[in-house]
Amino acid sequence: MAEVLDRVTKIIVDRLGVDESEVKLEASFKEDLGADSLDVVELVMELEDEFDMEISDEDAEKIDTVGNAVSYIESKM
Amino acid sequence: MKLEGKTAIVTGASRGIGRSIAIELAKNGANVVVNYSGSEEKAKETAKEVEASGVRALVIRADVSNADDVQAMLKETIGEFGSIDILVNNAGITKDNLLMRMKEEEWDQVMDINLKGVFLTTKAAARPMMKQRKGKIINVSSIVGVMGNAGQANYVASKAGVIGLTKTSAKELAARGINVNAVAPGFIETDMTDELAEDVQASMKKMIPLDRFGKPEDIAKAVVFLASEDADYITGQTIHIDGGMVM
Ligand SMILES: NC(=O)c1ccc[n+]([C@@H]2O[C@H](COP(=O)([O-])OP(=O)(O)OC[C@H]3O[C@@H](n4cnc5c(N)ncnc54)[C@H](OP(=O)(O)O)[C@@H]3O)[C@@H](O)[C@H]2O)c1
Repeated sequence: MAEVLDRVTKIIVDRLGVDESEVKLEASFKEDLGADSLDVVELVMELEDEFDMEISDEDAEKIDTVGNAVSYIESKM
Repeated sequence: MKLEGKTAIVTGASRGIGRSIAIELAKNGANVVVNYSGSEEKAKETAKEVEASGVRALVIRADVSNADDVQAMLKETIGEFGSIDILVNNAGITKDNLLMRMKEEEWDQVMDINLKGVFLTTKAAARPMMKQRKGKIINVSSIVGVMGNAGQANYVASKAGVIGLTKTSAKELAARGINVNAVAPGFIETDMTDELAEDVQASMKKMIPLDRFGKPEDIAKAVVFLASEDADYITGQTIHIDGGMVM
C-alpha cells in the first residue's frame, strides 16, 4: 500500500531530518539514515501514534529498515 | 511560581514524604497526581491539601510494581492533564531482617516496589516526556543506599539500585531534554521511622551533625528545586538530605 509508505516516509523525514529521496524500502534507520538507538525507539513511538496501534517491545526490536516498518504496519492493519 | 501549569505524578503520596512532596509541588503551581496503593482515605486527604493551593489534584490507585497499573496511571494522567512534566518516584516499603534470617519474599517484595517500580514508572513516563523534549524525574533513594545498613539488605540493595538506575536513565534520556536525579534522605520523621525502637533512634541521632531528624518538608523542598528550571543543568545526581550524616 503506497499510502502506508507515504505516511511512514513523512514521519522519517520529520524525525530524522533526511531527504525524502533517501527513504528507500531497503534503507536501514541506523546504517543509512543516521538514526541512533533512541531515534529508532522514538520513530516506533510515532508510528504507533500515526497508525493507532501498539507495537510490542519484541516486535519493535525487529523494525530496523523502512521496508520492515511498512510491512509490519500493513500486516497489522 | 516555579511550576505553574506543570503536571506531576507523585507515587506513594498518601502519607509521609510523598504527601509532603505533593503539597509542596502544588504550592509551586503544579497539578498533582496523588498515587497510592492501599490508603485511599489518606490519599484523598493529600488531594484536598493539594487543591487548597488552587491547583488540580487527581487521586489514582496503582501498585507501582504492576506494569498494567502503571500504564493505566499514565494514560489517565495524560487524559486528564494532557501532559506529564514531573515524575517523583517516592513509593517505598521496608521489610527489615538480618540477612541470615531474611526470607525470599521479603527480598522480592522490597525489590519489586522500591526498584522495579521505579523502572516501570520511568519507562512509562519517559515516552510522553521524550515527545515533549522535556521532563524531570526525581527518584527517592535513601542514605542507607549509599552507606549500607545492618538489617536492611533488601532495602539497601533496592535504594543503591535506584541510584544506579538514576544515573543510567539520566544518560539515556539526556539527549531528549529529560533530567533524572535522586534525593537520598537520611532519618526523616514519618510512619516508616516511627516504627524504629527508641534506642535505635537515639543512636542514629548521634550520627547527625545537624543534631536533629529531618522533616518531610526538608525532602519536598529539594524535590521542588530539582523539578524546576533552576535545576536544568543538573542530571544524574543524588542529593543527600541527611543533616550531614554522610559526607
Ligand atoms: N522516612 C525516612 O526516614 C526515609 C529515609 C530515606 C528514604 N525514605 C524513602 O522515602 C520514601 C517515602 O518514605 P516514607 O517514610 O514517607 O514512607 P511511608 O510513610 O511508609 O509511606 C510510603 C508510601 O508509599 C506508598 N506505597 C507503598 N507501596 C506502594 C505500591 N506498591 N505502590 C504505590 N504506592 C505504594 C504508600 O501508599 P499506601 O499507604 O497507599 O500503601 C505510602 O504513601 C520511600 O521510598 C522511602 O524508602 C524514607
